[in-house]
Amino acid sequence: MTERIDNCFNKLKLINKKALITFLTAGDPNYDLSLELIKSLPEAGADIVEIGMPFSDPMADGPAIQASSLRAINSGHKMEKTFEMIESFRKNNSHTPIILMGYFNPIYNYGVRNFIEKIIDIQVDGVIVVDLPPEEDNELCDALESANVSFIRLVTPTTTPDRLNKILQKTSGFLYYVSIAGITGSKRPEINEVKTAVQVIKTKTKIPVSVGFGIRTKEDVKRVSIFSDGVIVGSVLVDIIKDNQREADIKNKIVKTVKEFASAV
Amino acid sequence: MDKLNSYKLGPDQNGRFGIFGGRFVAETLMPLILDLEKSYQLAKKDDSFQSELAYLNKYYTGRPSPLYFAERLTNYLNTAKIYFKRDELNHTGSHKINNCLGQILLARRMGKTRIIAETGAGQHGVAVATVSARFGLPCVIYMGAKDIERQKPNVFRMKLLGAEVVPVRSGNATLKDAMNEALRDWVANVNDTFYIIGTVAGPHPYPEMVRDFQSIIGKETKEQILDQEGRLPDQLIACIGGGSNAMGLFYPFLDDTSVKITGIEAGGMGLQGEKHCASLTAGRPGVLHGNRTYLLQDDDGQIIEGHSISAGLDYPGIGPEHAWLKESGRVEYIAITDSEAVEAFKICTKTEGIIPALEPSHAIAHLINIAPNLSKNDLVVMNLCGRGDKDIFTIAEHLNMEI
Repeated sequence: MTERIDNCFNKLKLINKKALITFLTAGDPNYDLSLELIKSLPEAGADIVEIGMPFSDPMADGPAIQASSLRAINSGHKMEKTFEMIESFRKNNSHTPIILMGYFNPIYNYGVRNFIEKIIDIQVDGVIVVDLPPEEDNELCDALESANVSFIRLVTPTTTPDRLNKILQKTSGFLYYVSIAGITGSKRPEINEVKTAVQVIKTKTKIPVSVGFGIRTKEDVKRVSIFSDGVIVGSVLVDIIKDNQREADIKNKIVKTVKEFASAV
Repeated sequence: MDKLNSYKLGPDQNGRFGIFGGRFVAETLMPLILDLEKSYQLAKKDDSFQSELAYLNKYYTGRPSPLYFAERLTNYLNTAKIYFKRDELNHTGSHKINNCLGQILLARRMGKTRIIAETGAGQHGVAVATVSARFGLPCVIYMGAKDIERQKPNVFRMKLLGAEVVPVRSGNATLKDAMNEALRDWVANVNDTFYIIGTVAGPHPYPEMVRDFQSIIGKETKEQILDQEGRLPDQLIACIGGGSNAMGLFYPFLDDTSVKITGIEAGGMGLQGEKHCASLTAGRPGVLHGNRTYLLQDDDGQIIEGHSISAGLDYPGIGPEHAWLKESGRVEYIAITDSEAVEAFKICTKTEGIIPALEPSHAIAHLINIAPNLSKNDLVVMNLCGRGDKDIFTIAEHLNMEI
């Protein structure tokens, strides 16, 4: 529901805080641990949980999230299992907004109508589809809008003023500002340029603006949260899964990192 | 009566051929793709652009390529008159150069200073490296690490030509992963970089642009067959990987509905399992690499790595215009197995003294299969889109022979 996202930003605003949005891929490195990790995020300080739907060909993602998608697929993860995870998450948590992020083919293959029915049923609040720019998103965006699920659009450093107006027309929940021209987890953003861009966007819309791509440190989180409404971290968390063998280590380090970031937003 | 007044009207303003095609890319790339589309539409109508391309096609590539009556093969098969469109005689040894020249002229016109491309078998990579050398632009070729192992001579050629060949180890380390990596490079280098896509796939305007540059094959064929035979052919046959040589031959004939048109996909080890690359005959619609088209994919919408003995046909997708031509019924698509292609390769080599690439060997195999049903008065044109030098190692391995 769009309301869950709106409430989240509104509540944070009252206490002068920004949203920490954490990304993990569903099923990475396996179903059980992935579910446990996602369940642990709100308590560690994540305000919004973004869950990646694995895809074999994630063309906008860097090596960290590519590998994460492959780990999930190789562990036998399927779309239905992503939905099961979310159902399980919702049993104990009815307030944290859940955003599904992914590429269009798995959704198209599942059937757009089936997908929307399913995500309403399991209470997903927003959807980000990387390869559906405004020119192509009608078939999903309009249906989501009438189902009261946010379609979260992306704005990038290459987005022209004309396009920005077009993008703002149908975005809801929040706007995702991609801080670099590049793929996830690659270049580090020039914070001052990001600041300027976000300020321009904020003159044109009241929708919260969250910033992601290339944000890896507590310092980054702190600096970006000064001028944005939310900060998205993904690759840095996903790398912890890659770099650690023991499941307990993975969980502890992810919780520790999220706590650190949460203290900085 | 025909269902449509014309089969040549696509794509529409949104880059669609029916439901296929489109611009399914990340927002970062959208402004570039719109800019590319605008620049291409202007260049297309610009006489100086077209005359420079025509000059290079003639004096650099060696066009027009001959339309050759394959008399010995015709006699051997005791069938219709078979003509080969000899695009294997082009500079660099395949039809790929037609498209690369067009795109690099456009890149220069747009002020781009760096070229990137993906390649599978290396034919497109060699053509890109060639035109980059010719125009003095640095170029980076993304190639699956597995393909680099399989196609060493082409990798060496690209390096000699001055290209940087980057091994792609992500995913399955073959062509589709190379294309992902090229797209990632482009997203990260939006200001100075031009991406030369090698086939009639990718986001709009690539399918249209590559088709237009390759259509010289069909235009010449039409003139040549009218000149040599005084009438249009009865059939056109071409192999399909991404589909650029086929689109180039077919397009000028789409509205000549007396001409039967057949595209030949890689049937690999047969269509029963997953060891093939027949996205049109055995795949289903999906979205990959910027366009909606037929794809090889599993039940969950994950892309499946195809297989073909011919690295140039080894792609899990297909140009969106082919997907539309299939659904509209104008073109028929048929799969040919690895073994049939190798057999055809041998027959062509021995009867005509032409060593064809494994890709068009698939088209020759189809010709052999249908030969008994053709009338001797029929005229059939097959696009011999590449020469087979690059494939001698694969053939030797398949036949258990030592080189």
